[in-house]
Amino acid sequence: MRWQIPLLIVLLCGVVVAVQYFVPLEELEFIYENALDWIIITGVFAMMLGLWSLFRVSISKVQNKAPGWGYNLITLAGLFGMLFLGYRVESLAEGSLFMKLFRYVYIPIQATMFSLLAFYVASAAYRAFRARTVVSTILLATALIIMLRMIPLGFLSNWNQVLANWILTVPNMAAKRAIAMGVGLGMIATALKIVLGIERAYMGRD
Amino acid sequence: MSFYEKMMTLDRRWVYLCVGIAVAVPLFVPFTVPVSVTPEVRSVYDFVESLKEGDRLFIAIDYDPTVMAELQPMSLTIMRQCFAKGVKLIISALHQNGPGMAEQLVSLVSKEFDKKSGVDYCYLGYKPYPGLTILAMGQNFRIPFPQDYYGVSLDSMPMMQGVRNYDQVKAIIAMEAGWVADSWIRDANGRYKVPVALGVTGVMAADYFQYLPSKQIFGLMGGLKGAAEYESLAKQKERQATGRMKVQTIAHIMVIIFIVIGNVGFFMSKRKK
Repeated sequence: MRWQIPLLIVLLCGVVVAVQYFVPLEELEFIYENALDWIIITGVFAMMLGLWSLFRVSISKVQNKAPGWGYNLITLAGLFGMLFLGYRVESLAEGSLFMKLFRYVYIPIQATMFSLLAFYVASAAYRAFRARTVVSTILLATALIIMLRMIPLGFLSNWNQVLANWILTVPNMAAKRAIAMGVGLGMIATALKIVLGIERAYMGRD
Repeated sequence: MSFYEKMMTLDRRWVYLCVGIAVAVPLFVPFTVPVSVTPEVRSVYDFVESLKEGDRLFIAIDYDPTVMAELQPMSLTIMRQCFAKGVKLIISALHQNGPGMAEQLVSLVSKEFDKKSGVDYCYLGYKPYPGLTILAMGQNFRIPFPQDYYGVSLDSMPMMQGVRNYDQVKAIIAMEAGWVADSWIRDANGRYKVPVALGVTGVMAADYFQYLPSKQIFGLMGGLKGAAEYESLAKQKERQATGRMKVQTIAHIMVIIFIVIGNVGFFMSKRKK
């Protein structure tokens, strides 16, 4: 029974939602609305589980003074600080401490983290883009043509734009569509395996 | 180690220093970078320009502060263009870190044009599971969003009277930094046949080019250049992306220079051997 009930729930939910998707009758709309509500509720519990897991791991590192435990302390402080400040609707009002922390701490930190990528990309490009073989030379030339799209080159810009458009709309599109087809077919296969109970990794180990 | 071998194996800190100087100097040196407009950006502009007063447009601000530099300028420009034409906007923010930032943007632009929530625009806010939210909005906006971000019921809003789902909006313009773009294409356009255009980060632009010839999207604005192209078409006073293009241009030139240095060192050291 321990195995059968979850498999039955997955089978029923999968079949019902699939039927509703391919048979969009107004009479069946209630299935969709209810399914959405249940998914959001389940998601909230999953989020709480994630929060508990983060808390448990961080607290354990702080208590045992594991290497880097100071960062875990900051994580916990940030987590509980924002939770405490943001739990009321009034927290979203202009000028609230929650919004100030969001605008003047969180946003700059996020933007800074992303900005660091520019330096890593430059260093990686310098090391990786070497014309060692024919294939790597083609990769290098393609990358240069696409990057040069962003730079004004005077009369050469027109030629570069034509080349870049050809690369994007012919070989790039062919490869991307092939990948998208493969991913789509893989997703269908995986979904069928889960719904039919063949794939049971989501249930964890016994 | 020969000179050419040193060229090949520069300490990465020199690369960081040069890139750092390259992105800092343009901030103090005034110059502009000419921007040529591509057809995929022009088609978004022409579409928005063809809208009439009272038409409804759905704008999805599905990004977080990490990509604000690239996507915020295009969101700003399109919203200003719409408000100037009297187009009514329905706005969502389906990234969990984005609703506050999107609300800031909506408030800023609505104050400039003296637009009122519920009358001229409706900011829906955030709901989890973007794919499901997009599907649900195709049936009825009120399924995932019975109220807007500020807690006002959609049914009580003048601009949402008679607006049930995507059938009542002219198009969706989605500013995306992740996989939610696929949901807009697959679900909103694929299932509900609403026209979709995308504004994406520079690295994502190549991934979504494939949807242009198949007309699954009618336009694509890619990264800072796409935003600068749109700004050059819209001819508004504030042009954030255009100003940032000079930094991006210098940074690209610096990367190309380092690639050339690395390859010259590689070939010359191979020849010496």
